Amino acid sequence: MYASLAAVLFQVGEAASAGGQEAAESGAHFEPFLPGLIVLLPLLGFVLNGVLALRHATRSAEAVRAGGELDLDEGGRPLTHTLPSLIGPGVLLLAFVITSVNFARMLGAHLEEPVVVTYWTWMATGTFSVDAALQLDQLSMVMMMIVTGVGFLIHVFSVGYMKDDPGYPRYFAYLNLFIFFMLVLVMGASYPLMFVGWEGVGLCSYLLIGFWFSDREKSDAGKKAFIVNRIGDLGFLVAMFYLFTTFGTLDFVPIFAGAEEAFAYGGALVTTITLFFFLGAAGKSAQMPLYVWLPDAMAGPTPVSALIHAATMVTAGVYLVARSSVLFALAPVASATVAGVGVLTALFAATIALKQNDIKKVLAYSTVSQLGYMFVGVGVGAYSAGIFHLMTHAFFKALLFLGAGAVIHSMHVAYHSTHSHEDGQDMRNMGGLRKHMPITCATMWIATLAIAGIWPFAGFFSKDEIIWQTAAFGGAANAPYPALYTVFWLIALAAAMLTAFYMTRMMVMTFHGENRTGDQEEKALHEAPAVMWAPLAVLAVLAVVGGWVNVSEHLRDSILGLGPLTSGWLHEWLHPITEQAQLIQDLNLGVLAESAPIVGGGEVVWAVLSGAAAIAVVLVSFRYVGGQKIVPAAEDVEPIGFAKVLYNKWYVDELYDRIIVQPILALSRFCWNVIDVGIIDGIVNGVGFAARGVGFVVSMFQTGTLNTYAFILTVGVLIILGVSIF
Amino acid sequence: MMTSLLESIGYVGWVLHALIWLPILGVGLVLWGEEEVAKKVAFWWSMGVLVLSLGLWWAFDPTQGSMQMESSTPWIETWGVSYSLGIDGISLFMVLLTTLTSALAILGSFNYIKERQRAFYALMLLLQAGVVGVFVATDLMLFYVFFELTLVPMYFIVGIWGGERRIYAAIKFFLYTALGSLLMLVGILYMAFTANELLGFPTFAYADMLQVPLTGTEQLWLFTAFALAFSVKVPVFPLHTWLPDAHVEAPTPGSVVLAAVLLKMGTYGFLRFLLPLFPVAAQHTTVVYVMLVLAVIGIIYTAWVAAVQPDAKKLVAYTSVAHMGFVLLGIFALTVNGLQGGLIVMISHGISTGALFLLLGMLYERRHTRKIEDFGGIGRVAPLFATVFVLTALASIGLPGTSGFVGEFLALLGVFETHPTIAIIATLGVIFAAYYMLPMVQKIFFNALDKPENREMQDLSRREMVILAPLCALMIWIGWNPTPILERMEPSVRLVLERVQAAAPAGTLGSVLEPGSSVVIVPAPADLEASDDLDGGDRSTDDD
Repeated sequence: MYASLAAVLFQVGEAASAGGQEAAESGAHFEPFLPGLIVLLPLLGFVLNGVLALRHATRSAEAVRAGGELDLDEGGRPLTHTLPSLIGPGVLLLAFVITSVNFARMLGAHLEEPVVVTYWTWMATGTFSVDAALQLDQLSMVMMMIVTGVGFLIHVFSVGYMKDDPGYPRYFAYLNLFIFFMLVLVMGASYPLMFVGWEGVGLCSYLLIGFWFSDREKSDAGKKAFIVNRIGDLGFLVAMFYLFTTFGTLDFVPIFAGAEEAFAYGGALVTTITLFFFLGAAGKSAQMPLYVWLPDAMAGPTPVSALIHAATMVTAGVYLVARSSVLFALAPVASATVAGVGVLTALFAATIALKQNDIKKVLAYSTVSQLGYMFVGVGVGAYSAGIFHLMTHAFFKALLFLGAGAVIHSMHVAYHSTHSHEDGQDMRNMGGLRKHMPITCATMWIATLAIAGIWPFAGFFSKDEIIWQTAAFGGAANAPYPALYTVFWLIALAAAMLTAFYMTRMMVMTFHGENRTGDQEEKALHEAPAVMWAPLAVLAVLAVVGGWVNVSEHLRDSILGLGPLTSGWLHEWLHPITEQAQLIQDLNLGVLAESAPIVGGGEVVWAVLSGAAAIAVVLVSFRYVGGQKIVPAAEDVEPIGFAKVLYNKWYVDELYDRIIVQPILALSRFCWNVIDVGIIDGIVNGVGFAARGVGFVVSMFQTGTLNTYAFILTVGVLIILGVSIF
Repeated sequence: MMTSLLESIGYVGWVLHALIWLPILGVGLVLWGEEEVAKKVAFWWSMGVLVLSLGLWWAFDPTQGSMQMESSTPWIETWGVSYSLGIDGISLFMVLLTTLTSALAILGSFNYIKERQRAFYALMLLLQAGVVGVFVATDLMLFYVFFELTLVPMYFIVGIWGGERRIYAAIKFFLYTALGSLLMLVGILYMAFTANELLGFPTFAYADMLQVPLTGTEQLWLFTAFALAFSVKVPVFPLHTWLPDAHVEAPTPGSVVLAAVLLKMGTYGFLRFLLPLFPVAAQHTTVVYVMLVLAVIGIIYTAWVAAVQPDAKKLVAYTSVAHMGFVLLGIFALTVNGLQGGLIVMISHGISTGALFLLLGMLYERRHTRKIEDFGGIGRVAPLFATVFVLTALASIGLPGTSGFVGEFLALLGVFETHPTIAIIATLGVIFAAYYMLPMVQKIFFNALDKPENREMQDLSRREMVILAPLCALMIWIGWNPTPILERMEPSVRLVLERVQAAAPAGTLGSVLEPGSSVVIVPAPADLEASDDLDGGDRSTDDD
């Protein structure tokens, strides 16, 4: 480990002096630039902020003990606020810059093989060995850019959003730690190292959901997230065990190189492995049936929802499938499961989002739904399309969450000004915010159009590609279950329409119509400060142009292609990663269909159709919701009928509680009270009672327990001697 | 530099003796000194022993798998009992764990133990001597003496300085373990007599015992006798019910030493004696399955029981059973990865559970309650405390990047290589670990600070931080860099497995009973034992 620190320092020195001489291990032209530092910087930020946080927490604990509360200013503003504000986003900016240098270098190189930088031997025993090693390739690079880039913007936003929070330095400590683990997740060169990041981000998610830990509900939500995620982690672990017994290693490079030799196409082993991996992915990426933790995770600060529960962590499952594309391509049943679960989740979550009134809950279910689309993408072998949607979603969903954060912030201040206890996240209490928060409103509309799939915003291209690929996959020459994929395609189309509806509903309820906050409160509503709207503006730009980097050839040739503005770059860029999976698929499935199933029509036709339909839905629902009479939360009545089922999220939480949580609790109590205390201890005490009876007789001759001990020993020895003589 | 320094003082020649006899000398010093200084004398003395033991890290030859630093002096010559010591990769870290946790436990008792301090600290040092003796004895009788010697101080520590039900707990602890080890004594004597017959001279030496060719039947009987003794110590389900009571009633330092090292004597016994001495029995299909199934039941069942405990200390006590289940699982994987993983779990559990008991003891000193529901929101008044506790809890449930993960991962991996189904079921323990640990953490440190008596709570003192800091550092260090430890253990682990494999010429674990030896009666007792044990296993499964 010390050697690795030395190695990092050495690299710094080397870069300063010569600018590098030789590439690390492979990759003729690409030379990684301080990759270790990208990971270490956020860790350093965590340590520094952590020290500041503990210092601050200790001081405020003293205040609590003395019967009061510590004001943030009293704690010494420079140390509790200024320094964390510099360190937190600062380390991210540096990491982003270094990542960008690597990205630029990789752009200029023709990297065919991943570059693996090894630091130290992490675990080595017997037949198993795994290094602490980072992998730099096209896929990890895309993820690193998203994590550090979007991560930096959200850190900046947080400076404004969390300004008055008493846990300010602790917040940045957790956030930095999260980025550290997220980078380990996407840069780790082996499954175990990825798993470190995998559970590490889960830990940070747990800590940040329960950030305001004094609130029972919030810390419950954190706990729920951790435990549900661990169910998925079980799958990840078991998949690793299978891989290890097959390959004798858990490093990515040798596994993918040997996969085709080790596994038969569609074989039971590779199907088992990929299904277990998908269990892990479903936990982390909130897919059915493990999605239940994500809506509750909204208990955390809103920028956390943007960073962890929208842009980065929850997409780790998609990354896992894309990373293991070779394995999934060899397992058509598992891939169909991925796509099937994805499309059902996309539809199911979208239906729930229709009836939610909490602005963050709408976005949470929307995220679950969009993650479903990503899984459809990687499930139909369109790995680059899945990653593409992951990227555009990171832009527009981070923007939506941050925008919601700005709204909540403003609402909170408004209600605070009158000491009202109304819910600042309930959209029924909003309305008309457009007048007070024009920038937030405009940027969020951009993101809404993007997620709704309106041309030429980012989401149009990424979602359309996934939907189209589903259709094309179902129509492939030797497609395994063509009818099934046709159904998937139709569901994906339908869910896209629901998306357009619930997002428009959210925007109308929040920003349009009459204000319902309250007459006094309305005066306190305000636009977010620059430190908050600036990240929104940057993300808004990305939400528009982010989709232009991966437009398929057909679309580029058509009017939708925007001429020279768009390209098929991302697809080409990820080609070295997805190539092998693509070849396996081509070999076994034959050519994909050129026209949609049942009704026919090519990619461009369907892009135009779905785009037009999305516009129509947005316009209609704008009028429909705008025409509805919305009353503030306090005056509203409980929904009835089917709306009530949707409002209560199909009662899934209640169902899980009834069939899983309560039975396990009952079983636990049974084990303790009946088996442990009743049966086992009953026997032991019975024996003990008998022994005490004997002890009573013995006590006539012996005194004290130590002597009893000696007595038992002697008897024992005598018995043995007797036996041996006999 | 360190190596040459150790060489110049002839370290390897006397260190093992010193690690046993210095604490005993310390017993005298403590008893001879004043009551007020007893704790300081005991602490600095044990610190000295700790520093001394650290030299082992450098003096130990990592390339050698067999015993090192060996020495032997006849003790009871007519019986062939000798005072023989030695250390290998398996015992090395157990010794270091003992010296470390003993010193920290003594430091951790400064505020807790108020009465009869001299006696208490004398017993703690005696306990340390006994445990080190267990780990370095290379004579079976000497091992047995040390094994039993540890029982006495522990009995008094629980019985005198314990909680309300201390007498019940002490007697239960005593009966369970004494009965278990008596069977082992019978086994040891049987082996010694057999060895005497075959070799022509009386001996209890471990190295000689390895030479004794036992038939498959003999091995199964002896295995059972030894296994019972060690299974009580580990403890293996369903022999575990002494542990929660002993832990709850024991004073903090007693719990720490109990969890950190006394339980390890059981799994150490499996590795040191059961596998090498009775390799045929140890890989008998039925035996392996019984042990693995009991281990899995231990992991899942005790996790459930732990989850509903209202008493925080009892909760952690139950989790010990679950952790030791992972050790057992690793051992009966009979693969290098499994054994190595089991050993790391032993080390990791010693550190993290030791730390948890220390922390709970510190909570008890502040609030005089162990009931989880009496707390809430402690994180606000004791942020350092909460931070250390959360880190320790995470290490305990095996979060990657901490020592717990390395051990559990390798142990599960090792089991998966030979018994995939069992490994998958055992992996469920990962979920249930979160299910018992996180609610406790939440109810104590998070939620509202709504009880006035908790508002006064003090954060960690400097002394407490000194105790916890090395443990926290080790959790993270082992989590990220376990290789130096793994490579020191591996040659010895391989040696054990080579012996096991050598006994199975066919290479299949199913047909282990050697065809040449005792063809006549082999199947009968094997089947007998199988059905007995399987009944036990089934019954518990049904009850679940």
